[in-house]
Amino acid sequence: MNFYNEMYDANGGVRAHYQAYEAWLKDTPAERIERKRAEADLAFRRVGITFAVYGEEAGKERLIPFDIIPRVIPSAEWKAMQSGLRQRVKALNMFLWDVYHDQEILRAGIIPAEQVLNNAQYRPVMKGVDVPGQIYAHITGVDIVRAGAGEFYVLEDNLRVPSGVSYMLEDRKMMMRLFPELFAKHKVAPVQHYPDMLLEKLRAVAPKGVNDPTVVVLTPGAYNSAYFEHTFLAQQMGVELVEGRDLFVKDEVVYMRTTQGPQRVDVIYRRIDDDFMDPLVFRADSSLGVPGILKAYQAGNVTLANAIGTGVADDKSIYPYVPDMIKFYLGEEPKLNNVPTYMCRKPDDLKYVLDHLPELVVKEVHGAGGYGMLVGPASTKEQIEHFRQLLIAKPDGYIAQPTLALSNCPTFVEEGIAPRHLDLRPFVLSSGKCVDMVPGGLTRVALTKGSLVVNSSQGGGTKDTWVLEK
Amino acid sequence: MLSRTADHLFWMSRYIERAENLARLLDVTYQMSLVPQSEDAANRSWNAIIALNSLEEAFAAKYPAVNGENVLKFMVSDPDNFSSIHSCLRMARENAHAVRGTVTTEMWETLNSTWLEAREKSFEQIANAGIGEYFEWVKMRSSLSRGTTLGTLLQDEAYNFIRLGTLLERADNTARILDVKYHVLRPQGEEEVATDFYEWGALLRSVSAFEVYRKVYRDVITPDRVAELLILNRDMPRSLHFCMNSVIKVLELIANRQSGETARQAGLLHAQLHYGRIEDILEQGLHEWLTDFMDRIYLIGDGISKDFLVPMEAA
Repeated sequence: MNFYNEMYDANGGVRAHYQAYEAWLKDTPAERIERKRAEADLAFRRVGITFAVYGEEAGKERLIPFDIIPRVIPSAEWKAMQSGLRQRVKALNMFLWDVYHDQEILRAGIIPAEQVLNNAQYRPVMKGVDVPGQIYAHITGVDIVRAGAGEFYVLEDNLRVPSGVSYMLEDRKMMMRLFPELFAKHKVAPVQHYPDMLLEKLRAVAPKGVNDPTVVVLTPGAYNSAYFEHTFLAQQMGVELVEGRDLFVKDEVVYMRTTQGPQRVDVIYRRIDDDFMDPLVFRADSSLGVPGILKAYQAGNVTLANAIGTGVADDKSIYPYVPDMIKFYLGEEPKLNNVPTYMCRKPDDLKYVLDHLPELVVKEVHGAGGYGMLVGPASTKEQIEHFRQLLIAKPDGYIAQPTLALSNCPTFVEEGIAPRHLDLRPFVLSSGKCVDMVPGGLTRVALTKGSLVVNSSQGGGTKDTWVLEK
Repeated sequence: MLSRTADHLFWMSRYIERAENLARLLDVTYQMSLVPQSEDAANRSWNAIIALNSLEEAFAAKYPAVNGENVLKFMVSDPDNFSSIHSCLRMARENAHAVRGTVTTEMWETLNSTWLEAREKSFEQIANAGIGEYFEWVKMRSSLSRGTTLGTLLQDEAYNFIRLGTLLERADNTARILDVKYHVLRPQGEEEVATDFYEWGALLRSVSAFEVYRKVYRDVITPDRVAELLILNRDMPRSLHFCMNSVIKVLELIANRQSGETARQAGLLHAQLHYGRIEDILEQGLHEWLTDFMDRIYLIGDGISKDFLVPMEAA
């Protein structure tokens, strides 16, 4: 398989947008690079930018490896991608409004109604709830890969509680600290205003009549793998970081318990899954959520970001329909490619998938985090047979896609600099008519040779992402 | 500020202060045990430490006899003992971890590295290196934590709750140290046994008050003056008066609609120290007076919990 290399073209020449960096890398003594890499490692550890791996002893958080070779995106490519992201996220929000209101897209037969209504992520409690600005996914992480001859594909949309933005910000801070001279040579678009942008969006979706809303970040607590990010964002926005037990509901209004008595809360950026939000409605055994919060939400007295029930739009069984949503709601042609997807619940698709398993990537419909997937070309016969049985037993639980030849980028690994596969997760912020994002996003890189799985839970690392300004 | 955040900050500072004072108490007990005395008398001192913390049962369950080594082991590094220095440092770190977004990076790093270091030290290593060395280390880490707080934290509500935790804990602990040592050094009924300069000196040093005593009295060390210094001196940072003087000021800063009664209780206690005379206290009986003081400190802590830290439902 031939892979698109982000830095070098097919003839081994350096791509235009990487020329200055490549020259710098060549001229910089290896010892200096080595020293800087060690410095980065130490700084990340001391500040505690870590990722708690479930099951390990508390206090033994793991560092997410940071690579000092940036992923550079030329201005024109980013502009095109940005406009595609705006279009896509707009359509996804319109889809969510629709399925919880008039369900026109279902009545028009664009998406089979049972696909949506019988989906475990569809929340009937949201039917008829008028969320502010008709926005459900205030924060969307769209996973994008480059494949083939260099075209971009959307791999998946994350509309529940996408994480990783703190690494995007810390990676940039680290690069500027380690190599200030590089930023003098390149016009790198800044990203550090993300927390401001986020706060502005959250304030904009406050319940009607609230002029100076109290915004909080709701975390499952210190033992959550993304706790660092929760504290980071709360601190950067200057808002309280709360746990479920800090909040209570009285007369359908949410309050937080403070040293000066109860204080009303208007907007909650929640980093807890739907299932755990309200033990009176969802999982009764959840101690992370707030009893009665759904009622307050339905009454319009508090805004949740993201809304309850967004999972129905980022489910892998709905993913194949996103291009149709764009056409249906916006009357536009999709600007970003979807990966061709076989829906195993369709007999023809299933047959094709079973016949071509060694070439395909098979994913669980509800899976996430790189768990429970099969990468055909990288799997053993036994693993493939195991998935064959899973597919036959529960075809509607899976989709399959051709194995994409993910682009790669030179990366520091043990044996020196070698190409490793990567993806990109831009963070798209929505409120009302406005869809915004900071340039770039989080670049994740698979550090194992040949691996196509970039998730940090699977040992992936990150790179700073540079969108070059003209 | 969130009640839970205030609660973590309050306990974070209480635990680090408790670790420090425990180190001070154990240190003075250890030093006093080195002077020639009957085994019985020595063990009585060690037993007093266990009794002071109401840990008789927990101690007896693990250790066959009360003696210096066992008590030190139990109070210094036993992870099963929630009152050991080891446990206090762990709890300080855990409370800080829960509010990492509120404390400064330096504060977090101080408490985190203190705990990481403490975790690595076994009792054998501590004893081999000299236990006094370890007590010094605990005191220094506590000072460092106080210093980074003072030097880096915005002096807002968070700072006030941290300060409040430190002061209440210290007032309680100074009273305890004085209570347990005064009576070992000057058993009731025995009039004016020749005061041992070294022992009283050790007690003063345990609360960093030796030089202070000299400066204030410019005279020989007498038990009554030691009590007066630790209880009534307004300017000695570990005295009861100093602590309560600061407590009432902080309570004024954080007052809310329901904290009036707690502030009144603290004010009353402060007034007693402010206008009190050592002669009257000794006449009442120092032990009785200190017991009453500790009870009232406990009630003030309880009031602070209810007024600020424990979740309030009603508007």
